[in-house]
Amino acid sequence: MEKRVVFRSAWLPYLLVAPQIAITIVFFFWPAAQAVWYSFQLQDAFGLRSQFVGLQNFEQLFRDGNYLASFQVTAVFSVLVAFFGIAISLLLAAMADRVIRGALAYKTLLIWPYAVAPAVAGVLWAFLFAPSIGLITYVLRGLGVDWNWIINDNQAVALVVIAAVWKQISYNFLFFLAGLQSIPRSLIEAAAIDGASPTRRFWTIVFPLLSPTTFFLLVVNCVYAFFDTFGVIDATTQGGPAQATQILVYKVYHDGVKAADLGGSSAQSVILMFIVIVLTAVQFRFIERKVQY
Amino acid sequence: MVENRPGLTVLSHVVLILGVIVIAFPLYITFVASTHSLERIMQVPMPLLPGGHLVENYKQVLAAGTHTGSKASVATMLVNSTVMALAIPLGKIAISVISAFAIVYFRFPLRMFFFWTIFVTLMLPVEVRIIPTFKVIADLGMLNSYAGLTIPLIASATATFLFRQFFMTVPDELAEAARVDGAGPMRFFWDVLLPLSKTTMAALFVIQFIYGWNQYLWPLLITTDESMYTTVIGIKRMIVGSDAANEWNLIMATAILAMLPPAAVVLLMQKWFVRGLVETEK
Repeated sequence: MEKRVVFRSAWLPYLLVAPQIAITIVFFFWPAAQAVWYSFQLQDAFGLRSQFVGLQNFEQLFRDGNYLASFQVTAVFSVLVAFFGIAISLLLAAMADRVIRGALAYKTLLIWPYAVAPAVAGVLWAFLFAPSIGLITYVLRGLGVDWNWIINDNQAVALVVIAAVWKQISYNFLFFLAGLQSIPRSLIEAAAIDGASPTRRFWTIVFPLLSPTTFFLLVVNCVYAFFDTFGVIDATTQGGPAQATQILVYKVYHDGVKAADLGGSSAQSVILMFIVIVLTAVQFRFIERKVQY
Repeated sequence: MVENRPGLTVLSHVVLILGVIVIAFPLYITFVASTHSLERIMQVPMPLLPGGHLVENYKQVLAAGTHTGSKASVATMLVNSTVMALAIPLGKIAISVISAFAIVYFRFPLRMFFFWTIFVTLMLPVEVRIIPTFKVIADLGMLNSYAGLTIPLIASATATFLFRQFFMTVPDELAEAARVDGAGPMRFFWDVLLPLSKTTMAALFVIQFIYGWNQYLWPLLITTDESMYTTVIGIKRMIVGSDAANEWNLIMATAILAMLPPAAVVLLMQKWFVRGLVETEK
């Protein structure tokens, strides 16, 4: 789509795009190019000399058990966050779409966690689950569950997933509610007249019509689990215990900033960049499909 | 609806009320914890009703942080967070609106090249270029400065696309009429296009305010000086060790302070917030 009416000027348009292009080049392209460059380099311990080593950093990564484990952690984590985040918000949105009384109040009370920073969400839940003084830990102990996420792998993953899902529900909820409200009432009423039960109507009419929203949220939630949960993890488990919650982004940060392994961290950055490009492409393919509907 | 199922309506309310309670529970406990003395919090189980140390705890963190962890003043952090949360949306809107204007209303060599240059930034989040970006900031001498905290985050493809999409829906007749009346491009931009874009800007501002306030990785990397910490970073610096060693009452008071401004924005500007959220994701 193009405008028919345009203005003419030899210099003005360049001046107008200049600020954004300048920032993009200095803070996006230049560092990204450097990440690619460093990924082919090996530095000595003091960062004084570096040497071109080709794909050696990558080879090392894929032989590194920790890195492969980090892939697995990320995959499990993304699936859990996306699944629970989507399932819980869909349930709440389907209910909120039904009620008439108090609909606005429910909506308001469900969307505010969007405003909470991931790191703060992590701290809130870490406090509730704190091994010695946490309130939920106390209740769990009463039920005979020994809760200590500082030493237990699965409990650490559970903590991070709960905090991440809690923060993301509001976002998914809003999109599902908008999706539900755009489904024509006549379709559902016709099915009701034919005697279809509410459950059956949901699974055979509403859910299929919501599939574009669900797919969109699936991609967004994966991106969220990949990148935005950095704060949740850094404020709670810091990747531990024994790398049980070390997602890929956290490992890039850990290896690059804390362990000062420039080459290895940059190689990981390059792999992550590749993953982002694939995810973005998937997202855009989907948007094109939605336009054709 | 053609049918009436009171049972299902009751169930809906029950599910929603449970949802609201589960969502609000951590917030309530955080608030309760921020109103007690440390000794009271350390007794298991902690109290479920607010105590009498509210003013004392908030005064303490605002002035001097915690005793055992970071001693930086939370008041300073709130100022830093506010600067970030205002500078990022304003900067982003300013540079995006003019670049979208250039791309939509002008034909010039390299137009599509610029368009794609902006587009590709979608694929380069901070997280994938942590170390090299840090180096660039260090080389430019922008560590521990407001410029370093904000400028690298104001370039954004989403905002530019949003304005581009909106400009495409503005009728061509307006630009034509402006041209016939002898108005230049900048005159048209100021007097016609900007006033029309007000709602888009408001929606974008709300979303970007929350984005700016909640930044974590970026300030974590480039601020080492206590006086430049943002509130979210400050909380993390207050957590020093295993759970019993932390002054949870003070940490929770800071958490409440960190949540209040963005939550207020979401609740008070709900209409803009929902609109901004749905539109920026298209």
